[in-house]
Amino acid sequence: MSESNGTSKVTETRVLLRHAEDPKMATLAGYESYGGYQVLKKALKEIDPEWIVNELEESGLRGRGGAGFSMGKKVSFLPRTEEAKYLCCNADESEPGAFKDRELMQRNPHQLIEGIIISSFAAGIEHAFIFIRGEYDDQADILDRAVEEAYGAGYLGKNILGSGFDLELVVHRGAGAYICGEETALLDALEGKRGNPRLKPPFPAVQGLYGGPTLINNVETLSNVSHIVANGADWFKSFGTEQSPGTKVVSVSGCVKRPGNYEVELGVSLRDLIYGLAGGPLDGREITAFYPGGSSSPVLTPAEMDLPYSFEAMAEAGSMLGSGSIIVADDSVSIPHMALRTAKFYRHESCGKCTPCREGTNWTEKMLQRVVRGEATPMDLDIISSVQDNIMGHCLCVLGDAMAMPVSSMVTKFRDEFEEVIASEAAKAWNTALDGPDSPGRDENANGDEPGPGGTSPEEIRRERLAGRAIPSGGAS
Amino acid sequence: MSPVMPSDFDPRNAEPEDFVSPGLPVDEANTTGRFPDADPEQIPDPAVVEVPADLREQIQAIVDKYPDRDHKGSPKSAAIPVLWIIQRRYGWCTPEGIVQAACVMQVTPAYLESVASFYDLLRTSPQGEHQVLVCTNIACWMRGGDELLDSFCEKTGADREAAGHGGALSEDGNILVSGFECLGACDLAPMASVDERYFGPLENADAGTIVDQLEAGEEVLPGKALEKRGLAGGVAESTDPRVTEGQGPNQ
Repeated sequence: MSESNGTSKVTETRVLLRHAEDPKMATLAGYESYGGYQVLKKALKEIDPEWIVNELEESGLRGRGGAGFSMGKKVSFLPRTEEAKYLCCNADESEPGAFKDRELMQRNPHQLIEGIIISSFAAGIEHAFIFIRGEYDDQADILDRAVEEAYGAGYLGKNILGSGFDLELVVHRGAGAYICGEETALLDALEGKRGNPRLKPPFPAVQGLYGGPTLINNVETLSNVSHIVANGADWFKSFGTEQSPGTKVVSVSGCVKRPGNYEVELGVSLRDLIYGLAGGPLDGREITAFYPGGSSSPVLTPAEMDLPYSFEAMAEAGSMLGSGSIIVADDSVSIPHMALRTAKFYRHESCGKCTPCREGTNWTEKMLQRVVRGEATPMDLDIISSVQDNIMGHCLCVLGDAMAMPVSSMVTKFRDEFEEVIASEAAKAWNTALDGPDSPGRDENANGDEPGPGGTSPEEIRRERLAGRAIPSGGAS
Repeated sequence: MSPVMPSDFDPRNAEPEDFVSPGLPVDEANTTGRFPDADPEQIPDPAVVEVPADLREQIQAIVDKYPDRDHKGSPKSAAIPVLWIIQRRYGWCTPEGIVQAACVMQVTPAYLESVASFYDLLRTSPQGEHQVLVCTNIACWMRGGDELLDSFCEKTGADREAAGHGGALSEDGNILVSGFECLGACDLAPMASVDERYFGPLENADAGTIVDQLEAGEEVLPGKALEKRGLAGGVAESTDPRVTEGQGPNQ
């Protein structure tokens, strides 16, 4: 199944990543040589801010950070008053599996800056921030340089290009906390506090940074803005599907031959993405499951491989498109271990403010550890599921839900594998207890498996797989 | 007052000593409340704390980048960037450095420490000259992130258990090795961030090379640096007329 599809030619539709392979693109001169900042000049001189807001709303551009909320609507929610308003670009890309913003900022920082200036102009904002995660040191330096260049060229600062519009843009480096990608925690971090989410409502559009109305958008969302303003909403809608217009930079990673960022029209099939662009599974392996939208999304199985990759189709399949990050697992990956890895991440990153999340992530990790050590019973799997149900929707933010969704989907869809691990690990522990620690284990070949063609018996393959052993690196080009 | 609560006891008319059982030590804070000046943590006095002039300038420049109180802002916004400055200067967020920063920002040192202790990249204990963060999250784990961390620990003599739980120093205390949650470079899996630059995909043997290069002060694995990497899909010029005939940037 895999190999026949591995060769099919699927092409990207590069709008945001167009010419991104040219290192010049990261500089002001390079960006301008490809037509950069022309839209800004035109917008400040000729275009009515209201028209931009309408066009963004009309275009149907949905937030690329995870929630998929209409960007134009977010802008239109801001009050049309004279009070100080703020824009925060969310570049705290910390979702496991997501690395598209890193690529966009590294290769084309000015596209983002132009988007921020135009959005701020449309919404009457005079202070903008880019909150970039602390780990992206290289990219923060690139942004710092780009912002400096933009100030130098008069695209930022007081009285931009003689239009009377002022905008200050500050690159704010975080310091390593997944929770700061949550919009209200991001605001707290920007205010210099520990990144704890706030109660909503009031939503940031009403009361956000420093208590003022605040627009918070993802890097990729803002990078789209100048393209929409230049070509109009109808042009943008000609890409993608009706409910998911536009192109999307999709991060594909995990057990595939060519992991990386691919920009495609929304609505291409998952098969084209995973098998076509990313090259499919490593030789001799088969895909068993994948997260379609980052580690927070419920996993899908190969049966859902032919679905179109769009917000609505992923939601219909019981999962989500999220930030557009696909992590692929093949048959060398033990699903219970993957669930444990997922839970461990969220346990580590929970800020501890809300009890269901703080305790739920902690106990889920402990229970999954018992599963992979064979100390659990199948009944524990029901308890794990019930804990997930009690986390969902019970916290200030969705960090807890982000663990509950994938973990409960794995327990439901791969229950057999969980029970198998419990049984085999328990048997191993039992045999070790009987025969001492040096025993190879009593059930070795007990079921009379013949060695397979490769010299390894199916039982050995299974055991290796269940022990969660990672496959050797395929080494992407 | 008798040890037994009288039935007509009215807390509204009671004196502080009425709340106290005889013979037990009295905590003034419970009975009379704390005085404002009893706060153990004070904003450092600029006349007392010595702050190097260049550091003061650096911190002030950052504070000035954020909206001030007149614009509904707060100097506290500079907390994380200022702590980065302190960490760069002193190697980690030292108590003395935090006091100096607190003095310039006019906040309490406890406030800055509460921020520093929240974030994984800000360290409140010595972290060595070099930092190696190995991603052990889902995508890197699938491709051997744990084994890569093993190799780094083996090479440096850092404690593997501690490295997986917040970081461990090498035997000579020069290199911090730490397992880390997703660093946002799953395309490089398995990868590591060495002195804040990304490298991958790494073989286990690369761990030894990296450590040797760090110790010799050489450039680390130039061929595997993220910045040298091309787009995953290579150079591909679109023929889609909507793209080629569009307006705006990237044309």
